[in-house]
Amino acid sequence: MALQTQSATELIRVDEPRPRVGRSPAMRLVLGLPYWLFTTALAIIFLYPLIWTAVASVQGRAGTSQPEGWGFGNYVALANYQAGVWVYLGNSLFVSLLTVLLTLAVSTLGGYAFARFRFPGKNVLFLTTLAILMVPYATLLIPLYVILGAVGLSNSLVGVAIVLTMFQLPFSMFMMRISFESIPRELDEAAMVDGCSTWSALWRVLLPAVKPGLVTVGLFAFLAAWNDFFAPLILITDTNRMTLPLAVANLRVQVQGVIDYGATEAGVVVLALPCIVLFLVLQRHYVRGFMSGAFKG
Amino acid sequence: MSVTTSAAPDRNRRSRRREALRGWSYAAPTALFVLFVFVVPLGLVLQMSGSDWPLLGGNQGWNFPENFADAASHRLFWDSIWFTLKYTVITTVLLLGLGLGLALLVQESTRWKSVLRTAFLVPSALGLASASLLFYVLYSPYAGPFADLMQAWGFTFLGTPDGALWSTVFLIVWRFAGFYMLLMLVGLQGIPDDVYEAARIDGASRWQTFRDITLPLLRPTFALTTVLCVTGSLLAFEQFYILTKGGPDNSTMTIVQLIYNVAFQGQNDLGVAGALSVIVLLALIVINVVQLRVLRRGEES
Repeated sequence: MALQTQSATELIRVDEPRPRVGRSPAMRLVLGLPYWLFTTALAIIFLYPLIWTAVASVQGRAGTSQPEGWGFGNYVALANYQAGVWVYLGNSLFVSLLTVLLTLAVSTLGGYAFARFRFPGKNVLFLTTLAILMVPYATLLIPLYVILGAVGLSNSLVGVAIVLTMFQLPFSMFMMRISFESIPRELDEAAMVDGCSTWSALWRVLLPAVKPGLVTVGLFAFLAAWNDFFAPLILITDTNRMTLPLAVANLRVQVQGVIDYGATEAGVVVLALPCIVLFLVLQRHYVRGFMSGAFKG
Repeated sequence: MSVTTSAAPDRNRRSRRREALRGWSYAAPTALFVLFVFVVPLGLVLQMSGSDWPLLGGNQGWNFPENFADAASHRLFWDSIWFTLKYTVITTVLLLGLGLGLALLVQESTRWKSVLRTAFLVPSALGLASASLLFYVLYSPYAGPFADLMQAWGFTFLGTPDGALWSTVFLIVWRFAGFYMLLMLVGLQGIPDDVYEAARIDGASRWQTFRDITLPLLRPTFALTTVLCVTGSLLAFEQFYILTKGGPDNSTMTIVQLIYNVAFQGQNDLGVAGALSVIVLLALIVINVVQLRVLRRGEES
């Protein structure tokens, strides 16, 4: 299935209202005016905080590190904060990509197992995976803090990625299972008759067919890991290993409680930009994730 | 024929065993993750809740039920529960109402309505921490867009208990309204066209159609969105951690923020934090079961 560039919004197609007979386009425009004004105002309210922050981050005001006028002073301040923004960006990217990789690997293999094989304990394992959703984040992070410490993964970005992968499993496993189940069995059975092992059937025949599922799972894993705050807050204490959200939040407790609002704005822009770009490019997968993940369960 | 009948069950059993082995080998990574990062920690938190366990120093032995008594007598225990419940009711009512309202506004797929939908959805691409930091600046009396107004009129967004609550609610509505709109749109899409067709033929008004058809048929959607929203709000942490730190005067202390404080800020008591976690876990299970019962009951009748 090729990656189509249909927009998210086109996916949700509700029946068109039937055209009202006997009204001219001009008349309809006048009747619709309150609607247009109201919805446009709403859209502005939703977009205003984002636009304001983007503009303010390159504009100096009181409480920022940028002198009055246009410029990148706030970004320079952010870049020079403690270990430097590149270190935090690097940490965030490392955690996010490792989480994506682990999530894709585990949920592809697991989804394949759940969709294609009968084995004892299968249902118990699947339901336990879904049960992760039921358990509060804080409830697990405290013992995980102790366990990761015991196995030498305290203060480690790898440890954070492992924890984040676990929290992605319910959605990802569900998504990959239905992705594999939606492919006819004949496809991999034919490959195996031709001499493929289950492994090479998975690798060569099935993987290309579940690509949309993989993109959705990867997108959600990336957004969740990139944005996560609670896990690194508890598991990371070393300043050099903080992820970007943590570092930007810590800008507020700088020397003598002086808050650099400008650098915080710059940090928010750096944090938000990849998410918004990914969202706009992959809208279709974002929406599909909710539709299958949330509603067929 | 007689030869194959004796060999077939044997071969069958062997192939079934081979299938089970293959299945387990593919499911092994999942099982490892679920066991070591989920089941074991869950067991450990139970053990913690019954043990004397300071943050530094490890397990000092059983002390059940001391931690639960300590947790329940914490001076912020009932306050934080009350605040969390209040916050949950407010956000759930607002988010479900607004989600449905927005969904109805942009339901048809015209070009302009697609643009509106995207505009409402963009904030939900942001992380909760990023969104909270964004509003932290917006609400600031020094750098935000209302800074001049705030200084001239002498008010702050986060300085009073009510201000802090409603400012946080506004942030959450901004961040999540589009997300709930999307879920409502999916629910609306699930209502078959011919039901509306029949209502139209019967001469039902717009309002009657909405009240007697749309709302009742959206019941499964409401069940799901309510559970999602209630669970999310009961476990609120990041938005309060970043915007208010539970203040002013502990007026916005949520239960998860309290757990975090007990475990890692000052008190450093993992045992009591574990007891609080177990209480929250049990409460959440009860609340979800009750919610699903209540919301599903009408569905069958």
